[in-house]
Amino acid sequence: MDEILDGTTQIDCDILIIGGGTAGPMAAIKAKRKNPNANVVLLDKANVKRSGAISMGMDGLNNSVIPGYATPEQYTKEITIANDGIVDQKAVYRYAEECYSIIEELDQFGIRFQKDQNGEYDVKKVHHIGTYVLPMPNGDTVKKALYRQLRKARINIVNRYMATRLLTGEGRIAGAICVNTRTAEFLVVRAKAVIMSLGAAGRLGLPSSGYLYGTYENASNSGEGYSMAYHAGAGLANLECFQINPLIKDYNGPACAYVAGPMGGYTSNAQGERFIECDYWSGQMMQEFYDELQGGKGPVYLKLNHLAEETVAEIERVLHIVERPTRGHFHKGRGTDYRTDMIEMHISEIGFCSGHSASGVFVDERARTTIDGLYAAGDMANVPHNYMLGAFTNGAFAGLDAVDFVKDVDFANFDMGEVDAERTRVLAPTKRDDGVPPNQIEYKTRRFVNDYLQPPKVTAKMELAQRRFEEVRDDMENQMYVRDSHELMRSLEASAIMDCADMAAAASLYRTESRWGLYHNRVEYERDDENWFCHTILTKGEDGKPAHAKKTVDDYIVEIDDDEKDAYNNQRVTKTVAAE
Amino acid sequence: MPLAQTSTIVPVVVDDALCIADKGCTVCVDVCPLDVLRIVEGPDGSPVTAHMKYDECWYCMPCEADCPTGAVTVNLPFLLK
Repeated sequence: MDEILDGTTQIDCDILIIGGGTAGPMAAIKAKRKNPNANVVLLDKANVKRSGAISMGMDGLNNSVIPGYATPEQYTKEITIANDGIVDQKAVYRYAEECYSIIEELDQFGIRFQKDQNGEYDVKKVHHIGTYVLPMPNGDTVKKALYRQLRKARINIVNRYMATRLLTGEGRIAGAICVNTRTAEFLVVRAKAVIMSLGAAGRLGLPSSGYLYGTYENASNSGEGYSMAYHAGAGLANLECFQINPLIKDYNGPACAYVAGPMGGYTSNAQGERFIECDYWSGQMMQEFYDELQGGKGPVYLKLNHLAEETVAEIERVLHIVERPTRGHFHKGRGTDYRTDMIEMHISEIGFCSGHSASGVFVDERARTTIDGLYAAGDMANVPHNYMLGAFTNGAFAGLDAVDFVKDVDFANFDMGEVDAERTRVLAPTKRDDGVPPNQIEYKTRRFVNDYLQPPKVTAKMELAQRRFEEVRDDMENQMYVRDSHELMRSLEASAIMDCADMAAAASLYRTESRWGLYHNRVEYERDDENWFCHTILTKGEDGKPAHAKKTVDDYIVEIDDDEKDAYNNQRVTKTVAAE
Repeated sequence: MPLAQTSTIVPVVVDDALCIADKGCTVCVDVCPLDVLRIVEGPDGSPVTAHMKYDECWYCMPCEADCPTGAVTVNLPFLLK
């Protein structure tokens, strides 16, 4: 295993889905059900059984719009306000309208949702305004349930192949070039439509532990989706709206105020005082977190030690079996007990992820990107605050639309020279006798991301970042060296990470205002609605470097009153409340 | 420049007495999202036991959860434990 073999195979399919985590499987199931004759291929760099952000399941739905608890109008309004208005509401509204049917479908898959004594969904309030959080008592079984459905639908699953570049021709998508992560053999997939569901760019900043894989996101989500979309010419929206999360320090995983919050837990300062009214993750919330640390009132903690024994036991039961179960091991190793101790938190490194922010490959309400026949869904597409249910629902939209798209088209012709050029690029690190290993290229890139791009953002620092990235890129392209096909996979990831770092710097420099709280806090600029109430769209320019354009925010479907617009900017607990 | 051989302590531990890789089991290797586990082979090329070959662990636990004999333990990587 892992030796580097020479070979290229070609396969054809109607719909190629890249990424088998959350959005991808749902896209595959929906497409196949709509047209059982369609040849649907689901490709994953890992194994679909346990790949992606929900590898070990999820503790609940963070954004369910359930009749009787919330309306699509309320949800659309909340997400618009939480994102400082820069939202195309059509996609959010369609999600809000249809996510309930996806919940019912997941229920049929065998995934249970918490119900109260009357048999009604037991929805909790975590957001600033509305009620959308629905716990999942057997959330650890999500991937297994999905896998059963994939087998039942007879989806063609291709594991351990990593897509490296998309193929285009005749002005639309033509397929993808892939490499086996254990043999380095190439697979060229011709497809009439391609759905990208490759997850977040979770290996962009460097965790403060210094461990490359100690990330919040599944560390296999290293940003290839963004990189491939960029090189194919698709537009990427609002990449300067970074993902930055309030996490358990060192463990760098979720503190899970969404689980603990409804049971009475909260984020506190070192005095044990609540300082934010709402623990829902937003740029404004992260800014308050940052200000609390800067004001000398830190560290910031997750506080549970005031809760009753049975409540703490229930929180542990959920948090220590689902999503990131090693959380329990971590606390045990540190000798930290929720009953007596507060849990130290910190501000994470940066990433791209629409799961909790609003950046990503630009898509409309049908999950279509700016390239015909190319779709994106889940954490890498720009529908804001997607979470798991957003990935499922938008994945469904992509699968359903792609089936219609492929009905009337044949394979697009593409230039075989592109395949040859990609083979040369991919294999270059295998042709050298020595050089820099991918982990050192990656470490250096990500360390510079921390040094220069972590907000608050400063123009001169970001310009320095661009210079440093250029130097490391030069080393990467001319000196990177790998010894086996596993390291080759890491070298391709390093390359995607470098592309994301470039895009993060370029996008942040382009928007000369501050927005989204800490996510795009540019110290030299105030918020500027006159010039920047718009999306920014990043594409690959003629010179091979990021190019930028503004895009108007679509007319709202749900109007936001002036007195509602600032709801997320008023999160700091006032003294009277704190004193209670 | 030549490469060094720097050692690191890895978080995934396999109990050789319980591991049934010698009977053809590859579950932990198959499910790892980061693909960091491999099977140690004997001198004749036959499978012996699973081990963590690459120090690239997300401490996510499918290997431990899915192991049919409970042979795998996921610890926290030293740098962050």
